[in-house]
Amino acid sequence: MAKIVAGIATSHVPAIGAAMDRGLTGTPYWDPLFKGYGPAREWLARLAPDVAIIVYNDHASAFSLEIIPTFLIGVGDKFPIADEGFGPRPVPAVLGHPALAWHLAESLILDEFDMTIANEMPVDHGLTVPLSVTCGQTKAWPFPVIPLCVNVVQYPPPTGARCFKLGMAIRRAVEQFDQDLRVVIYGTGGMSHQLQGERAGLINRQFDTAFLDGMTRDPLALARITHTEYMREAGSEGVEMVMWHVMRGALDENVAEIHRHYHVPASNTAAGLLILENRSPA
Amino acid sequence: MTRPRDYDSIPGTYVYDAERGRIGYALNMFCMSLNKAENRKRFKENEAVYLDRFALDAEQRRTVLERDWLGMLRVGGNIYYTIKIAFCDGLTFQDVAGMMSGVSKEAYAQMMLAGGRSPEGNRYKEQTPAETKRG
Repeated sequence: MAKIVAGIATSHVPAIGAAMDRGLTGTPYWDPLFKGYGPAREWLARLAPDVAIIVYNDHASAFSLEIIPTFLIGVGDKFPIADEGFGPRPVPAVLGHPALAWHLAESLILDEFDMTIANEMPVDHGLTVPLSVTCGQTKAWPFPVIPLCVNVVQYPPPTGARCFKLGMAIRRAVEQFDQDLRVVIYGTGGMSHQLQGERAGLINRQFDTAFLDGMTRDPLALARITHTEYMREAGSEGVEMVMWHVMRGALDENVAEIHRHYHVPASNTAAGLLILENRSPA
Repeated sequence: MTRPRDYDSIPGTYVYDAERGRIGYALNMFCMSLNKAENRKRFKENEAVYLDRFALDAEQRRTVLERDWLGMLRVGGNIYYTIKIAFCDGLTFQDVAGMMSGVSKEAYAQMMLAGGRSPEGNRYKEQTPAETKRG
């Protein structure tokens, strides 16, 4: 039986990836951010999961406004790196896990989550920056990845509560898979940030801190936060935090916070990272 | 569609909802085309001619040609799309954010280093200074 062993939540700011790609992580601007990623990398290397499910949003890379899937799962065996308008990031292509991904697609749809299925798609910074942050610079990613996209570009994204329930369904599906796999799930995006309009640059440390606390203590309350509350309190693009609920819904009710990191600014964004491990008795 | 929306009360914010999606489609699909290196080259060679391939209205064309970043949002631009024009120009997200909020690059960078724009006084249109009320 496969099992979800841990969850990782992290921002996926493109500038963080660019800083790594350009060798700038030790500069005074970036050093405080990257120092906080060290313990996460060590923890993940020790955990050595067999596969990762990465919940993220595409940013007008694989998908345009032509077709806007609310929830999508990538079932291919390889996902190339997208050109987002300035050339692809110089990172390895992402290898998929078609057997588990197809199992998830079938299970989730029969469990009433109407997933879009993608055989071929490039992946953008939403997926590759979380990998870079937690795996470092490498010639090959240490595990296969199942991309799970959530629309947050065209209003409305799915609600936090719906995302949480999708996480619960992912967990049920993983546990029905007939191979012994240790699975880690990433929820990405956020934290508070606004990229647009006269209010660009909004950061709300108080909101973010309460959100990080609530992930462990009371995730169901967090899952009830409305889109308008995210946008008002955490900036218009802060609504990306709905994707953290997919990760949280896939974990036990009881979790332990293993590591937390929070830093302002990463370009226009408050960067957060949270590592959670299941704590319910087996 | 129903108006007003509860998020209409947030100052300086352009939510890319159904209404903007309806008017902004062609503008954003032009931006999407800039994901291809050969299209970026052709756009930079002759912007006006390149834009003829897309069904932009006159105001949308103006905002693109004049790099009126806020104006683009008002005529249906989605920031994840319009930023691709900025990338084409060699600008960063932070450069454009500074321009949209009406301050210098240096002042914006300094605001971010100091912890970002505070939500205090920026949650509702009625509490904000006039220059950030639109959206």
